[in-house]
Amino acid sequence: MAISREEIFGKVQEVLVDALGLDEDEVTEEATLMGDLGAESIDFLDIVFRLEKAFDIKVPREELFPAESVLNNPDYVSGGKLTDKGMAELRARMPHTDLSKFAQDPDVNKIADLFAVSTIVNFLEMKLNG
Amino acid sequence: MTWACRFPCQKTMRWIWIDKFLEFESGKRAVALKNVTLAEEHLHDHFPGFPVMPECLMIEAMAQTAGILVGEARKFQEKVILAKIKKAAFFHYVRPGDTITLHAEIESIAPEAASAEGEIRRGEQVVARIGLMFSHIDKNLAGKRFPEENFVFTDTFGSLLEGFVDQYPSGERR
Repeated sequence: MAISREEIFGKVQEVLVDALGLDEDEVTEEATLMGDLGAESIDFLDIVFRLEKAFDIKVPREELFPAESVLNNPDYVSGGKLTDKGMAELRARMPHTDLSKFAQDPDVNKIADLFAVSTIVNFLEMKLNG
Repeated sequence: MTWACRFPCQKTMRWIWIDKFLEFESGKRAVALKNVTLAEEHLHDHFPGFPVMPECLMIEAMAQTAGILVGEARKFQEKVILAKIKKAAFFHYVRPGDTITLHAEIESIAPEAASAEGEIRRGEQVVARIGLMFSHIDKNLAGKRFPEENFVFTDTFGSLLEGFVDQYPSGERR
């Protein structure tokens, strides 16, 4: 049975409140994990573990947060920006994220802003409801 | 073959904060024991006339118990570092003369990290609940390089497991 987006968001909100020590109202769909919610790298793993438990599914970190492996490939990054090839790779790996704004200036320092609460909700919606 | 031979580069001194393991179920759970004594100098300052075990040192004891459990789950191939205290709640003081047991369970484990839940008890009484995240640091490099040798799991840590674990890092058996 399909699970509604509201239901997914509710559980994601609960996970983020617990993992990052936040108030519920701070966790909006638009909030970015690092910039707005103060997540650090180890928190991403904590979040992945908690999502797996909450939704009873496997969440490969590479699928949900694939930026690291893209950034580590020299073919994909040049002069602090993603190359066309890198951008294509990121698009392929992050179908759950709107990259149109980022694509205008694919500065690697801005890649963290792509990870918003909605990224997680979109990912889970695709994963759970196909 | 001794533990010291198996971990040949023991240059650093490690601080062991648990006395022994009571139970050890590979990859799942472990129970360690610590006796608290007034011979521990810091108790004279924490606090003068009212010695109680500092809560941060209760977390350390749990981190060692759960950290060894996590390390053994990957046969000590990973450098396991405490990365995050997910929660720590303390319900009672621990005093000199107390024996505490540290009950740790692996909640999740992945190539890059592990999460563990733990309870500290004095007899049947729960004195603390602690949740921890560990990082397998070679899998979370972020551009950093760490020494080849496993500086986390030294011979002294290994000696705690004598009698519980017979799987060597190389896979050979005792």
